[in-house]
Amino acid sequence: MTENELEKEERMYKSIIKTIKQAPLEEFYTSGHRTCQGCESALLMRYLAKISGERTIVVGATGCMYVANTTYYTTSWVVPWVHTQLGGSGGAALGTAAALRALMRKGKIKEEPINVIVFCGDLGCADMGLSGVSNAMTYDYNLLIILYDNESSANTDIQETSMTPYGAQTSFSRPGTARRIMKRRWKKNVVPMIIAGHRNVRYAATTSPAYPLDTLNKIKKALSAGGPTFIHSLDPCPKGWDYDPMYSHELGTLAVETGIWPLYEYIDGKIVYNEPTKGIVEGRIKRKPVREYLEKQGRFSHFVEEDYDYFQKMVDEMYEKWEIPGVMPIRSVELARK
Amino acid sequence: MTQVAEKEILLNGTQAVAYAAMYADVDVTAAYPIRPYTEVMDTISKLIADGQLDAEFIIAEGEHGQFEIVKHASLVGARTLVGTSGVGWLYAMEAIVVTATDRAPVVAVIGNRALDDPGAYGVEHNDALMVRDVGWLLVWVDTAQEAFDTALLAYRIGEDPRVLIPVGVSMDGGFLTHSEQIVRLPDRELVKSFLPPYDRGKLRVHPDNPISVAPQVNEDWVTEIRRQHDEGMERAREVIKEAYESFKKTFGRYPGTTRDITMPENPFVEPYMVEDADVILVGMGTVSKPMKVAIKNMREKGVKAGMLRIRWFRPFPAEDVMKYLANAKVVCVVDRDYSLGSPFRGGVVYHEVRSSLYDLDERPKVLSFIGGLGGREITIQDVEKIIKIGVEQRDTPLTRHTYWVNVRGDPW
Ligand SMILES: Cc1ncc(C[n+]2csc(CCOP(=O)(O)OP(=O)(O)O)c2C)c(N)n1
Ligand code: SF4
Ligand SMILES: [Mg+2]
Repeated sequence: MTENELEKEERMYKSIIKTIKQAPLEEFYTSGHRTCQGCESALLMRYLAKISGERTIVVGATGCMYVANTTYYTTSWVVPWVHTQLGGSGGAALGTAAALRALMRKGKIKEEPINVIVFCGDLGCADMGLSGVSNAMTYDYNLLIILYDNESSANTDIQETSMTPYGAQTSFSRPGTARRIMKRRWKKNVVPMIIAGHRNVRYAATTSPAYPLDTLNKIKKALSAGGPTFIHSLDPCPKGWDYDPMYSHELGTLAVETGIWPLYEYIDGKIVYNEPTKGIVEGRIKRKPVREYLEKQGRFSHFVEEDYDYFQKMVDEMYEKWEIPGVMPIRSVELARK
Repeated sequence: MTQVAEKEILLNGTQAVAYAAMYADVDVTAAYPIRPYTEVMDTISKLIADGQLDAEFIIAEGEHGQFEIVKHASLVGARTLVGTSGVGWLYAMEAIVVTATDRAPVVAVIGNRALDDPGAYGVEHNDALMVRDVGWLLVWVDTAQEAFDTALLAYRIGEDPRVLIPVGVSMDGGFLTHSEQIVRLPDRELVKSFLPPYDRGKLRVHPDNPISVAPQVNEDWVTEIRRQHDEGMERAREVIKEAYESFKKTFGRYPGTTRDITMPENPFVEPYMVEDADVILVGMGTVSKPMKVAIKNMREKGVKAGMLRIRWFRPFPAEDVMKYLANAKVVCVVDRDYSLGSPFRGGVVYHEVRSSLYDLDERPKVLSFIGGLGGREITIQDVEKIIKIGVEQRDTPLTRHTYWVNVRGDPW
């Protein structure tokens, strides 16, 4: 590692907070929103606004976090906030960051660091807007794109997206008498797609609002890494996942403890596992059966034994067969040659 | 090296707009390739590479992204240039609409091109006209000089706090995008006095001005917001007039004019030999060229023909159309576009003109001519024939509303 790289890494970590008490008290995402009770995506919004602070521009794509957060005259955003179209996140991030860079360089506005954060849902980011998000990751502007993943097109009343888990019920994937499982495609693995395909990205991470400290620090690191960065957050959604809102955090932790949702960071070519995922990968913590997570959600209520088994097998593979456990679906080179 | 004093150089229509953007000192540009507009961005990129323009140059993943980029840059306070053609304009349609409804005064060049399918590179106006109802200022130019001047004007007009509306500068693919002409470039210092810095004021997105842009309003407010936009569009009429006057004062010539080209001073339309004309042709863009020649030819044969070239399509110059066409017997609107299934099967401009004339006590007959699609040339002979049809219809009760120019299988 060169000295310059070390310096950059240090800058990224210097700002880390050790306990939740060190988190800033001030809130920049406040009252006025009308998200469902127990909405973990709303919590993610609160974290990102809190940790990025006042010198921030937030852009949000169409979806629950637009519609439910910005009712005219009751906006919940204290920092400047702009809507972008469902598939517009990448362009919006580039345009905002490019404008700031040009205006500062040309002396048209004061030179200062301003965070550019663009959030988008799973349908907006991982499906419709993927090419734009990818394009944003190829430039060197300072920007953070956050994928808040509630695993459905929630704002339109819960339809299947490519990010909906295998087998889950949505209004586009209701079980019927002839077919029990309508959602047969496996969820996209977005962070690896970003890091494998975009050499400019120095920081990317998965996260879960059920781990507040981890999430706050990841946003902070992403904002100080320099260049384009990406965070994918798995956000339990009581309406779409069909459970009592009081269990949002519990489901968030179960997703991690079962190994379904591994928590990790990509920092300049290294993968760092976080929270229970670290113990799981190191073999210190045993993964809980996926059934414990799936059974608690109405969207999997039609599952029978073979569905649980299949789901378990797919998750087991992530840890037992993948060269980089939980991250990349690549087995060893020898195995691939056989 | 930076140009300072006034000078003349050879530029095609696309290069002329790129030069105007350089003179306007744009901050952010977004590119994506599609013929025939592409050379706008080729030129921008080279001007940046040569240090003549200090701007961000972003190549988008598609036209939707391209327009999202400039919309957001514009909301932060950057002056922007964007452009596209044909299906590219349609691919971006969602972003194009919100650029207007977010009141982001970007300037977009549209190198007019036929829509797919089947493929055709040549000019057709249906691309730009797709946004005629959603609050873009739309202007058509017919020379490289007018392209340069109008692009400068576009920044001044669109960014005016009374307007804050994006401007689409249309030019005919091939005929103007790719034809080189002498363009008179102004003194850069004078441009600074003509074009004030872009200032969104209270609408600027910046931590010092923490606003929420485009929140969810539903039926509560959307009507009022559209109405505000409509008022901005209406105020643009005055702002356009002011800007053209100011252009003339600053640079010593009326927009679009050169040593060789003179025109009556009207920002919205170019009237040509209309005073005594019985038959007046109406069109947009470079069709004005064969029209002028055909008019002269027909006048030699004793036919009193004239032309009204529509420059600003939005806001539509209904009053000028009334004024210049009131005394005509027949108006022949030549549309380089179509509106299939519309009343009398006429073209888009035809309907605008016809509707503008409705309140006249004595209305001329209005005929629709659809032609020049996909880049097909509208020749001098075609225009002469149009004038002849106009003369025939002058002397008889109206027998037909719409003609397709020079179309196979349909004698016209
Ligand atoms: C171009 C376009 N297509 C469809 C819609 C309808 N729509 C509005 S919100 C939404 C859901 C987006 O899903 P996601 O990005 O996952 O966000 P969520 O609502 O789940 O938070 C859809 C499909 C739209 N607004 N724009
Ligand atoms: S539907 Fe889900 S994502 Fe949307 S507000 Fe409710 S809990 Fe949040
Ligand atoms: Mg979603």
